Amino acid sequence: MDTVLEMRSITKQFPRVLANDQVDFDLRHGEIHALVGENGSGKSTLMNILYGLYQSDGGEIIVRGQKVDINEPRVAIDLKIGMVFQHFMLVEPLTVAENIVLGSELRKGPFLDTKRAIQEVEELSQKYGLRIDPKAKIADLSVGLQQRVEILKALYRGAEILILDEPTAVLTPQEVEDLFKVLRALRAQGTSIVFITHKIKEVLSLSDRVSVLRRGKKIGTKATSETNEQDLAEMMVGRVVLFNVEKKPAEPGEDVLYLDRLSVKDQFGQVKVKEVELGVRSGEVLGIAGVEGNGQSELVEAIAGLRKTAGGRVFLNGQDITDWSPLKIKEAGFGYVPEDRHRRGLVLDYSVADNLILGFHGKKPHVRGGVWRDDKAIEENAEKLIEEYDIRPPVASQPARSLSGGNQQKIVVGREFTQDPSLLICAQPTRGVDVGAIEFIHKQVIAQRDRGAAVLLVSAELDEILSLSDRIAVMYNGQIVSVMSREEVTEHKLGFLMLGGRLEDYRAGEVNGHAE
Amino acid sequence: MGDILALLFNTAVFGAALRMATPLIFAALGGIFSERSGVVNIALEGMMLMGAFTAMFVSHQTGMPWLGVLGAILAGLLVGLLHAVFCIHYRANQVVVGTAINIFAGGLTVFLLRYYFGAAGTSPSVATIPDITIPLISQIPWIGRIIGRQNPLVYLALIAVVVAHIVIYRTSWGLRLRAVGEHPRAADTVGVNVFRMRYLAVALSGALAGLGGTYLSIAHLSRFSEGMTAGRGFIALAAVIFGKWTPYGALGACLFFGYADALQMRLQDIGIPTQFMNMLPYVLTMVALAGFIGKSVGPKASGQPYIKG
Amino acid sequence: MQSRLKTIRWQGIATPLVAVFLALLVGAGFILFVGENPLTAYRILFMESLGSVRNIATTLQRATPLMFAGLAVAFAYRAGLFNIGAEGQLYMGAFAAAWVGFTFTALPRLIHLPLAILAGMIGGALWGAIPGFLKAKLGIHEVINTIMLNFIALYLTDWLATGPFHGGSWVPETARVSASAALARLYPPTRLSSGIYLALLAALIAYLILWKTKQGYELRAVGLNPQAAEYGGINVAKNTIIAMAISGALAGLAGTEQILGLHQRFIVRFSADLGFMGVAVALLGKNHPVGVLLAAILFGALQTGSAAMDRLTSVPRELITIIQALIIFFVAADYLIRRILRMKEEA
Repeated sequence: MDTVLEMRSITKQFPRVLANDQVDFDLRHGEIHALVGENGSGKSTLMNILYGLYQSDGGEIIVRGQKVDINEPRVAIDLKIGMVFQHFMLVEPLTVAENIVLGSELRKGPFLDTKRAIQEVEELSQKYGLRIDPKAKIADLSVGLQQRVEILKALYRGAEILILDEPTAVLTPQEVEDLFKVLRALRAQGTSIVFITHKIKEVLSLSDRVSVLRRGKKIGTKATSETNEQDLAEMMVGRVVLFNVEKKPAEPGEDVLYLDRLSVKDQFGQVKVKEVELGVRSGEVLGIAGVEGNGQSELVEAIAGLRKTAGGRVFLNGQDITDWSPLKIKEAGFGYVPEDRHRRGLVLDYSVADNLILGFHGKKPHVRGGVWRDDKAIEENAEKLIEEYDIRPPVASQPARSLSGGNQQKIVVGREFTQDPSLLICAQPTRGVDVGAIEFIHKQVIAQRDRGAAVLLVSAELDEILSLSDRIAVMYNGQIVSVMSREEVTEHKLGFLMLGGRLEDYRAGEVNGHAE
Repeated sequence: MGDILALLFNTAVFGAALRMATPLIFAALGGIFSERSGVVNIALEGMMLMGAFTAMFVSHQTGMPWLGVLGAILAGLLVGLLHAVFCIHYRANQVVVGTAINIFAGGLTVFLLRYYFGAAGTSPSVATIPDITIPLISQIPWIGRIIGRQNPLVYLALIAVVVAHIVIYRTSWGLRLRAVGEHPRAADTVGVNVFRMRYLAVALSGALAGLGGTYLSIAHLSRFSEGMTAGRGFIALAAVIFGKWTPYGALGACLFFGYADALQMRLQDIGIPTQFMNMLPYVLTMVALAGFIGKSVGPKASGQPYIKG
Repeated sequence: MQSRLKTIRWQGIATPLVAVFLALLVGAGFILFVGENPLTAYRILFMESLGSVRNIATTLQRATPLMFAGLAVAFAYRAGLFNIGAEGQLYMGAFAAAWVGFTFTALPRLIHLPLAILAGMIGGALWGAIPGFLKAKLGIHEVINTIMLNFIALYLTDWLATGPFHGGSWVPETARVSASAALARLYPPTRLSSGIYLALLAALIAYLILWKTKQGYELRAVGLNPQAAEYGGINVAKNTIIAMAISGALAGLAGTEQILGLHQRFIVRFSADLGFMGVAVALLGKNHPVGVLLAAILFGALQTGSAAMDRLTSVPRELITIIQALIIFFVAADYLIRRILRMKEEA
């Protein structure tokens, strides 16, 4: 088999992170090559460079033996590289045929040759076994069919190299099967496919070879037949460095939070949380580990009252708080550090002091007589929290926008923690935060737990989950796959479960020749 | 009862309705092109006014009303480009820019009116475009009296609707236009030049609105007077929304509003104040927006500047 | 980092000034076009508007309704809303105030005047609350609805003033408001009314509400980041309606002042685009009460001076309208420059 694509020593630096660190990647003709890694491993970046959406800072790309410079998608398309994005680039009110030919329309003079477009789409559809109605409107199609249109778009432009970025993230199991059939058929026709995923089962069932990236570095490439789930999990997750947080053993009490078969849909109507049952007790940290996109965001937002539930109940201290307003839930003793501090957690143009009262701005002593701001009290509150949570620079009046990510997060953490809530949810609490702040925030989480709060920690960072949690649950595909005590868990087991493995398949003991 | 029917449904009213609708139709088509590309255009009023003034001015200077038409199209085009530059290139708030253009047009037209004609509010009479009679059609009973003898611009408006529909739905340019207004990024990733598309659409909207104004000053009347558009640009906007951003829909809405306009005087005789008929287009549009007449949603990307990358 | 912040703050004040300067520059081009000397024309413009106590009084009189309208637009903007419906709201407020003014003839001034003013505020508030409600509950963007309501108000009040409440003469206006409801003239023979005090008070109250109350905190949060506001337990829908109602009330005051102070009766179509000028004033004043007051005075000065300029030179007074539009253009483009600076700061 000849090599159709080579990426040599690709390096890409973003402001705060080295996304690709001298990564090598090659693709052979007529193979399906899985590109695998956790969030932040650099797999999407690598492919975006290939498609011309980013420019690499170092390294070279060789397509069919020729060195090339891909500085925009047009160039990639001309090189017969096609990409199917996670978020579709489809115009909803237009038809399938119209979307496919857009930009390269077939014409009779200035007029669209709709008949010929439909015909060509049908031919294409037959040739590759991608059944679709060219006259259907995109808005009327299921997500799986929409993805098919995206694939056809690439094929219409003659793609011989096809990149798919996490294509199964939005599909039902049946649709996943259909997609795999299509990809195998394409492979048989000589298309070379790069398949980005974090799901081990898919890798094993579909690919010929698999490359693993971790934290921007290429770990290794193997023939799929020569590897297995344990092996891949180890490559993906590796040895984790634990921030050793000193903590005394937990003394958990009753369930503070209880989820009774909770289901939640996302904004596209897809069920993202499937009948989850979970309890978090006072005085413990329950960590939910999982790759992003498996329903964690929707779960947390539903508990916080920021998203409607689609079934089941949420109980806080025995009270049914399902679909309560965010304000009422807050008043019932709920603290929440959201995963996106810029969008949810802070009003960036407000001062640090104003952000420190967000959500509590109507309560005494920040307000006098229910109407008037007590500027002095607000400032005192700010000074107190700035000191306690070491927010820098310690200027209460400056806009939150001007602080670093870590300090911004400390604003959110300080504000939520200081209320001594009975339930605390922290979602990705140290994302985009520098090491010093991470340590500080972790200490605060443990302090809350020791105070008796029930802490639900949602994080994609394994080391964070492992160092803070007393119990650990894994969320995969909208379901809680298992809940274990900290002692029962190793990072390999976690990695394995996070990537879709089943507990009963996991074999402790020898892993690739290393003792556990 | 029969009297009322005769009052409402006679050829004179329908003929008048068509005439009242004509400037609206041009402006509404302009609004459709702009909005479809994703640029909100509330400056139709100002663009019509500029067109009306220019048509009068050129007709006055040259004595040739058809040159006035060309002049108005050009003037409208330039104002459209002004709108485009600020909205697209400088990414200024589209509603603010539209408001500024309306104020600007209002001021500029009177400024020039006073400078050139020393006039207090109205220009002198100018040569107009005369009505024409279409041979066979005008002889058809009843319909012939409505549509057989009208101003050429009226016929042009109706033809423009058909052309607009064909352009938007049957040409590749129209396909790209629609894509750009709904999902500019998707269009961008397949190589459509979003910015160029929007510039063209907004300039075109200016030209069409200018044409609408032309009808007012050198066809319907024979002079330009201060503020003569009297809110028609906004009625055209209402027609765009009410007609669900389609040429035929807007045509229907414009005809309906024109009909209401034509009916004003007659209805007053049976006790309905003219002001209520004046209000009608606006009330109906609000009702349509509130969803009482089916869904009324515009192009998804309308109003948002497109940022590449 | 700190010096960058200082630069941006300085930019905040400098850019409106630059916009005005550029507009005057382009305006000078128009003056040259009609064959006059820009310096002469501008000198007359500013002398006749600010050069004597009487002129200043007239300037302030012209500025008063613009202050209210500007405050209305600015207030709504702070809550993330675009209120181009000030024109309609001021008509409704104006009529309501006029109605109270001419309907009650036997009330003492102490009751009558405040009642009329209150009516004006309520009229405007209701008219503003409608699009606010439609946005909050149905998600319809306020721009189109407010434009539609502008015209509905125009025709509605037109009908009211020429129909059921016609004043009896052959002009399209209502009866005079009673003296007990009229705003006092502060400096005859100019028509500066005590409405200016009301405007200053309104600016103070707007400031207090926005920056010194819990409600203001919520309104501004909704304007800056509605999703964070929701997270913070703030009811976005409720705040939208409240903001539009207050904004409408302020616009209603613009109409009220014109009726109770200037015309002392409701005259059909009395507003020469006051509501739209309010947009310009708010923009120039950076949506801050103090800025709005200053911008309104500038616009008032331009309008006052333009009459004299028109009389003493051959420059038509409409030059001012052109300059006002140019100011809007230049200020609107200014946002781009500031946004670029802010994006570079974040990177």
